[in-house]
Amino acid sequence: MSQRPLSPHLQVWRWHVTMLSSILHRASGVALYGLALLAVGWLLALSMGPTTFAGVQTVLGSVLGKLILVAAGGAVGYHVTNGIRHLVWDAGHGFTPKVASMASWISLIMGVVGAAWVAGRVF
Amino acid sequence: MSQSQPSQFRTPLSRARGLGSAQSGLKHWIKQRLTAMVALPLLVWLLYALVAHGVDSYATARAWVSAPQHAIPLLLALVLVFTHAALGLQVVIEDYIHKPLSKIILLVLNVLVAALAAFAGIFAVLRLSFGV
Repeated sequence: MSQRPLSPHLQVWRWHVTMLSSILHRASGVALYGLALLAVGWLLALSMGPTTFAGVQTVLGSVLGKLILVAAGGAVGYHVTNGIRHLVWDAGHGFTPKVASMASWISLIMGVVGAAWVAGRVF
Repeated sequence: MSQSQPSQFRTPLSRARGLGSAQSGLKHWIKQRLTAMVALPLLVWLLYALVAHGVDSYATARAWVSAPQHAIPLLLALVLVFTHAALGLQVVIEDYIHKPLSKIILLVLNVLVAALAAFAGIFAVLRLSFGV
């Protein structure tokens, strides 16, 4: 099997923004699984009473907590925008290189916007 | 397909060709997209309502979650988001984890964690809503 020719892989291709947007959709999706678990933790803490809730709020208010929230804002902004793009693809549109690259940049920008928006609120 | 063809020269595609699909792929694909399309407006509404209401204390947070216009979309969003997350992570595990035992353990854990988290979230929202 190792002697057989392989299809061109990453190092052979000129870098293109669609490569980044493709893998970032997965990465942000996995990160958002974590965010969803955090959100459930927040709800559970709230349901347990003021003392537990205050503890969670203190953690979220720490520098690390704020950074996690900013990253979550970025992941949401990116995954939602790029997710809509996936739905457009599923409908059969947006496959030309020009549109695909432009959509990649829009998704990336929306990720930055999401992170910046959260940063503006927590810092 | 002829049996005389040496198997090491056959690609996985040629081995699979003619055997039909695995049958469950389309359901997975549709569920992944439907959960996204329904969860998206719910999450937009919840985020908007959260920011508009402001949850800076235990009392405001509690009041926000237990209001029906937030609690009901929250319950639905918990089901949709964790279904979507489990379907998505399943594909990531299947793509990147090749050792059979590790793969099966992670695939089972994925479902268990998502289900447990969804039910825990639903439990918390109901508990807050009913004031116990």
